This record gives sequence, C-alpha cells and structure tokens, in this order.
Amino acid sequence: MTPDASLAIEAAGLFKSFGDTKAVDGVDLAVRRGTVYGVLGPNGAGKTTMIRMLATLIRQDAGTARVLGHDILAKADAVRAGISLTGQFASVDEDLTGRENLILIGRLLGLKRKEVKDRAAELLEAFGLSEAGGRLVKTYSGGMRRRLDIAASVVVTPQLMFLDEPTTGLDPRSRNQVWGIIRGLVSGGTTILLCTQYLEEADQLADRVAVIDRGRVIAEGTPAQLKTSVGSGALQVRLLDPDQRTEAAAILVREFGAVSPDTDPAALSATCSDPGRAAAAIAQLAAAGVEITGFSLAQPSLDEVFLALTGHPSAESPDRTASVEENGP
Amino acid sequence: MSVYPASAEPGRATDEAAVRKAIASTVRPPKVSPLSAALTFGWRGMLKVKHVPEQLVDVTITPVMFVLMFTYIFGGAVAGSTGEYLNYILPGILVMSVLFNTVYSGVALNTDLTKGVVDRFRSLPIWPSAPLVGSLLGDSVRYVISGLVILVVGLILGFRPQAGVPGAAAALGLVVIFSFGLSWIFTTLGLVLRSPNAVMNAGFMGIFPLTFLSNVFVDPTTLPGWLEAFVNVNPISILATASRGLMQGKADLWDIGIVLAVAAGLTIVFAPLTTRLYRRG
Repeated sequence: MTPDASLAIEAAGLFKSFGDTKAVDGVDLAVRRGTVYGVLGPNGAGKTTMIRMLATLIRQDAGTARVLGHDILAKADAVRAGISLTGQFASVDEDLTGRENLILIGRLLGLKRKEVKDRAAELLEAFGLSEAGGRLVKTYSGGMRRRLDIAASVVVTPQLMFLDEPTTGLDPRSRNQVWGIIRGLVSGGTTILLCTQYLEEADQLADRVAVIDRGRVIAEGTPAQLKTSVGSGALQVRLLDPDQRTEAAAILVREFGAVSPDTDPAALSATCSDPGRAAAAIAQLAAAGVEITGFSLAQPSLDEVFLALTGHPSAESPDRTASVEENGP
Repeated sequence: MSVYPASAEPGRATDEAAVRKAIASTVRPPKVSPLSAALTFGWRGMLKVKHVPEQLVDVTITPVMFVLMFTYIFGGAVAGSTGEYLNYILPGILVMSVLFNTVYSGVALNTDLTKGVVDRFRSLPIWPSAPLVGSLLGDSVRYVISGLVILVVGLILGFRPQAGVPGAAAALGLVVIFSFGLSWIFTTLGLVLRSPNAVMNAGFMGIFPLTFLSNVFVDPTTLPGWLEAFVNVNPISILATASRGLMQGKADLWDIGIVLAVAAGLTIVFAPLTTRLYRRG
C-alpha cells in the first residue's frame, strides 16, 4: 500500500474475529483529511471494533491500516500522538470532577501546570460546563458527560478524532449541542471518524458514509447517494385506535404499494418521498374514517436502509428511548 | 423560508464559534516522560481518596478493630498481659492492615476497566505502564495512611517502639515496599477476573489464610511442627519479624533482605504480566 498524504485513514482488508464471530470482516476505508467520515451500522455491526483497531487499542488479525500516514501496528505511538478517542460509553473518570478530568489529560499530554489550568477553564467555558466544572462527573447528565468527553479529546487539538456514537442516548437538545461541537471541530480542520446508528446524524454531519453490516462494508458514498439508493423517506402515521390498523394498512398499501410494521401497535409507516402524495394519503385515511393522532414524513431509519441494502432488517434495532434510560445520570 | 425551533439555531451558532476558538490555538507539546506520566496517575489516585474517602475508612476500621479485639480479648491468654501482647502484635497488625489494602488495588483496577476511561488512557501517547505504576504509587500513599492510623492507635493504647520514630518509619517503609510488590499480583488478578467482587473474594481468600498462618498473631513455637515450618518460611512472617526488629531497634538485615528480594521478585514477574494484560485490553 503506497501512503497517500491526503488521507487520514487508509485501511485495506482489516479483519478481526473474537472466537467464531467475525467482528470486522475485511474492511477497506479511505478517509480524506479534514472531512467527516460516517460509519453507519446497528449495534454489533463491528463499528466499535473497527475504531479500537484504528485507535491502536487492539491489534487486527489480518489486513493493514495507516492512520495519519503511520502503520497502526509498527508505528502505534506515532498514531497515538495524533489521535483522540471518544468512546461509546463516555471515556471520562466518574470519580473526578470535570475540571480534574481535563487537567489529567492535559498533564498526560505534556501541558505545563499553569497552561493546563487555563486550558481546562477555556474548554469548560466553550463546552458550557463552567458551572459544573467543580462537580464530580458521576453527578453529570448524559449530555454533560458527552460534552466533557469531547472536551477531553481536544485538550490538545488532535489531527484525527474517533467519535463512537456521540449522541446515542441523548435528548434532542443535547444532541444538537454535540452536533454543534462536531461542526466546530470540523471547521477547525480536524478529521473525524464518526460511528453512528442514525442515518440522520450521518446525513447532517458526514461528507461520506460507509454502511457496515456484520463486519462488512455494504455501501459507501455521500449521504445523498446513499439516500437515493434506499428511497428518500417514510410516512409514519399514528392511529387513535390501534384496531383500525388493518383498515389503515389497506389504504396505505393502495397508495404506496407496501407498509412496514412498526414496534408501536398504533403506528404504521410506508416509503414515501413526496409530501404531496403523503398529504393525499392522509386525506384518504380521514375520508375512510380512520382517525389519526399524528403523522410525520421522515428520512429512512437505519432499519429501512438495511432492508433496502441487504434485504434483511438490522440484527439489533437501535432504540433511542431505551438507551436514554441506560445512559442517564 | 425555513422555520426552526427558536432555541436550536442560536445555540448551535454559539457552540460552534466557541468550540472553533477553543481548538484553534493549541500546539502539541512534547511527549511526557514515563516518570511524569506515572506521577500524574498517582495524583489521580490521590484525588480519588479525596473524593471517595469511604474506601480508606473501610480498610482502616477493620485493622483497628483487630488491634482492640486481639489486645484485650486474647492478649491475656496468649502473652500473659495485654501490654506485652500489644508490643508483639502491633507491628503484625501494621503488616496485616497494609497487606489487606493491596487487594483493593486490584479491585480498583478491575473497576476502572469496566469504564471507558481506560480506553482513553490506552490511546494516549504515554509510557504504557504509567497508569498501572502511577495508581500503585498513589495506592502506596494510601498504604502509608492506613499504617499511620495503626501506629497512632497503638501509641494511644500504650505501644512504645524502642527505636522511636525512625524505627517505626523504617518498619512502615519496609511494609509499604513489600505491599507495592505484592499488589502486582492483585492487579494481575484484577485484569484476569471478571468483576471487582471476584477480585475481592480471590484476593482475600489468599491473603487471609496467609496472614493468619504467619507469626502476626502468635509465636509459631506454640504451633505443631509441620505448621511451624510453614509459618517460618511464609514471607508475611518474615516481614512481620523484620518490622518488629526495626521498631525495637533489633533489625535483622537478612530478614530485611529477604523481604526486599520477595518484593522485587513479585514486581519483576507480575509487573510486566499486568502491563501486557492491560495493553491487550
């Protein structure tokens, strides 16, 4: 593999198995410097294993990768000098305060005592944590932890940042804050590898996206290309009376050709890209006496992307509501 | 025209600008030395003692209870008088108290591993052993504190080391050095076993009988021959004897040498093992 200076990550045939499970099964990646590269996949698709290999935390079984121009096995130390990692479960020390966490990382990266104090104060301010800086992290909310986690990753600005599901489990307001932070990092020139379960997140932030399933890249391209390939959206309607589901499904099938099941018994969704046709379908439902409590026209979910790309649903469907509870304070 | 929820857009703009400003100016400083990295991790350990002082209380109260119980309940029966027995048992209790603390080093490491923060440490460009060496250095301070508590309790009850403060300090130093070596076994266990509880159980299952099958509590000459033979070669006995010697001004250099050699041996075997397991994650 000839190193390409314009690439922050260059991987060929990365492979890692745990027992019989092929966690990462021959992944090729090319991430340009200064861009956000999204890796989209459900839980267990191999995203975290891939990040852990690229961040030199575990060794691959086969394949090669260069990160910032350095081989991840032979030059692990050089790789570590230019990267930072924000894990799926906040990589901060719960038994220390927010400020102490930043000072700890700053000292380990070689900042002087005085510099590190100023730096910690500056970051706490920028990440909206000034008031909480003196409190133990275990008292933080999920959103505060993620912000501190990202702040800890930029105590010394990295050339490449690994963000592993930075918004999983966050409420919409905290998610928007984290997205704002990520945009700020990118505009400052940092390259980001962003793992996510949400197509919307990849669409909002990433320049290119790889969809991975069972350790393999099954699609790669810009978010626009990806969305075109899977159909551009879904109409979801919520019924007042779940017993009218069959009736409603019949109407939606007539309008759109198919309906997808939904975990909520009172909801139905159908692939639809045209707001006009969606409005017409809603009118049809009303005319047939099916009362609805709400409807939305949204981007396809990861499940739908998977269904379109692989013909099977994702192994484990992501669930924002459930993870909010898991990661709460 | 697009309509956004009132709160989302201004929030986004300020966040982005502040973040851009905060990340704009930093230059990567030179790599830190192994010692400096380890000391920083030691500082982290100190902060934990400050924020979670309960962990110190746990490991200090038990030995204090042992001093009181053994002195007043068994003292008369074992050594003829409580004062006599206190002089015998206090250096032993010091050993026991600090050794019990070493198990918690493994428990703490195991607890750390269940959190994401270890991944961050492992992705930093620092000496790979720094987090381990540093936390054991921090733990050594904890060992000193718990040793001092025992000495103070002993002094209150009437314990009088003939070698005075220097003797007591030397004994405490020796015990802490031995504990530093011993704790590498527990950090290895901490990396191999699945839960902090398992580490605690396995640790005490080992350290408890070893402490009781030593000369910490009773003079081994009263034991059956085969047991006496074991007790005499138990490193904990040798450590307890050496500590008594240092406190009473009759230190045996041979004993001290063995203690230091065992500590060095444990470190040479288990420190690289722990580091390898830690790196592998």
